[in-house]
Amino acid sequence: MRTHPRFLVVAMMFLAAPAAHAAAPVQPESPRAVEESYAEALIAPVSAVTSPPAPAASPTSTISVGRIGSAYMNVSFDTLLDLGWSTSRGGLNLGGHDPASRGFTMPNSELVLDGAVDPYFKGVADIVLSLDADGETAVELEESYLLTTALPWNLQIKAGQFFTELGRHNPQHPHQWAFVDQPLVIGRMFGPDGLRSPGMRLSWLVPTSWYAEVMVAILNGQGETAWSFRSGESVEIHGGEPVERPLRGAGDLVYVPRATVSFDLSDTQTVVAGASAALGPNNSGPRAATRVYGVDAYWKWRAVSAQAGFPFLSWQTEALYRSYEADSRAAAEDEDAALPAETLHDWGGYSQVLWGFTRGWVVGLRGELVAADDGAFASELRRDRTRVAANVTWYPTEFSKTRLQYNHDRGDQSESDHSLWLQVDFLLGAHAAHKF
Amino acid sequence: MKTSVRPFLLVLLAILASPAAAGAGLNVVATTPDLGALAREVGGDRVEVSVLTKPTEDPHFVDAKPSFIVKLNRADALIEGGADLEVGWLPALLEGARNDALAAGSPGRVVCSRGVQMLEVPANLDRSKGDVHAAGNPHFMTDPENGKVAAHEIAEGFCTLDAASCDTFRANLDRFTRRLDEKLTEWKAVLSSHHGAEIVAYHNTWPYFATRFGLTINLFLEPKPGIPPTPAHLASVIGRIKSNGVRVIIVEPYQNRKTAESVAEQTGATVVDVAQYPGGVEGTDGGYVELIDYLVRAIAQALEAGAARP
Repeated sequence: MRTHPRFLVVAMMFLAAPAAHAAAPVQPESPRAVEESYAEALIAPVSAVTSPPAPAASPTSTISVGRIGSAYMNVSFDTLLDLGWSTSRGGLNLGGHDPASRGFTMPNSELVLDGAVDPYFKGVADIVLSLDADGETAVELEESYLLTTALPWNLQIKAGQFFTELGRHNPQHPHQWAFVDQPLVIGRMFGPDGLRSPGMRLSWLVPTSWYAEVMVAILNGQGETAWSFRSGESVEIHGGEPVERPLRGAGDLVYVPRATVSFDLSDTQTVVAGASAALGPNNSGPRAATRVYGVDAYWKWRAVSAQAGFPFLSWQTEALYRSYEADSRAAAEDEDAALPAETLHDWGGYSQVLWGFTRGWVVGLRGELVAADDGAFASELRRDRTRVAANVTWYPTEFSKTRLQYNHDRGDQSESDHSLWLQVDFLLGAHAAHKF
Repeated sequence: MKTSVRPFLLVLLAILASPAAAGAGLNVVATTPDLGALAREVGGDRVEVSVLTKPTEDPHFVDAKPSFIVKLNRADALIEGGADLEVGWLPALLEGARNDALAAGSPGRVVCSRGVQMLEVPANLDRSKGDVHAAGNPHFMTDPENGKVAAHEIAEGFCTLDAASCDTFRANLDRFTRRLDEKLTEWKAVLSSHHGAEIVAYHNTWPYFATRFGLTINLFLEPKPGIPPTPAHLASVIGRIKSNGVRVIIVEPYQNRKTAESVAEQTGATVVDVAQYPGGVEGTDGGYVELIDYLVRAIAQALEAGAARP
């Protein structure tokens, strides 16, 4: 997890590799003669324009990173920089890629590689670098998975490490978020990095006349990215000493079923609705299990003659509920004290509205609520809390953005905190196509 | 509770049975309305064509709606412009559609830019120059000669997929090509008196059209492709419009008409509504020929009216 200069060397090699393919393979065979009129156009005074075929790459020419279709994979690199100030000294944000409470932070720089592996598979890798408070670089293999492209009967398999498709927020990378921080409910249920774990996912596109997809992911469910399951950090939920709970059989895996439907209400309006669950064992005891259930909805309107996607209005809401069986366990802070067997109930959600009022400008408003019943252990992560966030984002192009966000936090003792964040984001290389 | 299971199962069965009700012939999806119009010309009654984008929409930025995934999942053929025009949204849709018949290189994947002599292919890629496309300017369909090339590609694709109807496709292609040739002579005649005339466009959509019809469209309200107009750039455009005596500014449905109007007001030029896609402006719903017909006549008319003014 610490600095690896060798990693950077490898990354540089990746970035440089496509240059070898950069000599543009212009279609040489035209079914008709090239007419002289085109020759006039080719000398048109448009900068950066020259006649095909493009000259071969020379040491002075720009390295053509991620030229689509001319290399075996697309390469992109995205960096977030945050600047913030808060009345709180820390602990308000639950996300591992959220801004720290004060000062500058570099929470997320990601190198994304993707392309066709062969006629049967697509491959995606997402390697995240981030700087911690001590200036140390942490490296995370955030995602690395294979996706089938040619299975029959509308089936598709994803295998590897991937953001689990549970709700709308969990599968998104930080640079796709509409706010600088992840929703509180995601942090409560799935920890600082969301739910992801080595495994596989089977999906079926239901052959209906509207969009319906059902899927189930099967995950190993161990470690800090499986927060509510067999995670060493589960002590923060139930206050007990986690037990050793190695995988004994298929029943100890985490199962994540999901169903999604979508309808176009009109030419300009689309809705997507989904329901998910995550079911698996936790390590508060040898037999304890966790069940998470979630529903999500998304509605979007976009003008009939939208320029660069603006104007638009969207609304997104997610609600999650968790039932966590905590076995009778020794308290982590005091080995002599025992905590009784109990079932802990947590719930919460967020609702956000985005308005892209003019080209490149979006204002957003998000309201959040997280709550839980009382357990034998008074967990900081199970206190009732509400948060309201408002932000404005400027996208000069689809490759960069600048965002200003204000958060108002309110805890169960009616204590208030105010935070202000400024975030800049830039993307180099191939811009991956957006999902809806 | 027990009795409620049966209706549920019936509904489920009805759902699963519904896609079987697809019509005869090839099920074709075109990314943009111009390619859809060509597919209808070539395919005639042997194909069912649906189009993903709206004619009034910016083709570089399209929402990858889940309903598009369903269309692509069932398609026998996908007709795309290629040259990176759809790169911002089509790959995500195809990933969801899981339709091997549309995989790159398959007969069901018709890439219309194949065989087109692309203009403005950049020597090197540099985004400080704005949204420049690696494969060249993707708006090649505004030249009717390229419309012929695209129709030819589509016919070839259809023939591979439905050999029994190939004669029909070839006959339709011939008819369409002849009609375009006739119209092309007519269009060239309409614009011949304006050879070399300079026109201002909002975005660099028109190099193929300009080249075909001997017009000069080198001045844009956008300072760089995809970058919104700035006051300083507009001031320089206004200066050049005045010094060169430009009379016409063309604007597409999704571009900011107010910006064009304010430039027109300060220079005495006329704003003309144009579109790349059939149905994007009134009177172009008929198809590709109707669209080019509209473009030629609207621009010629505006140039004539401009020339008549002192």
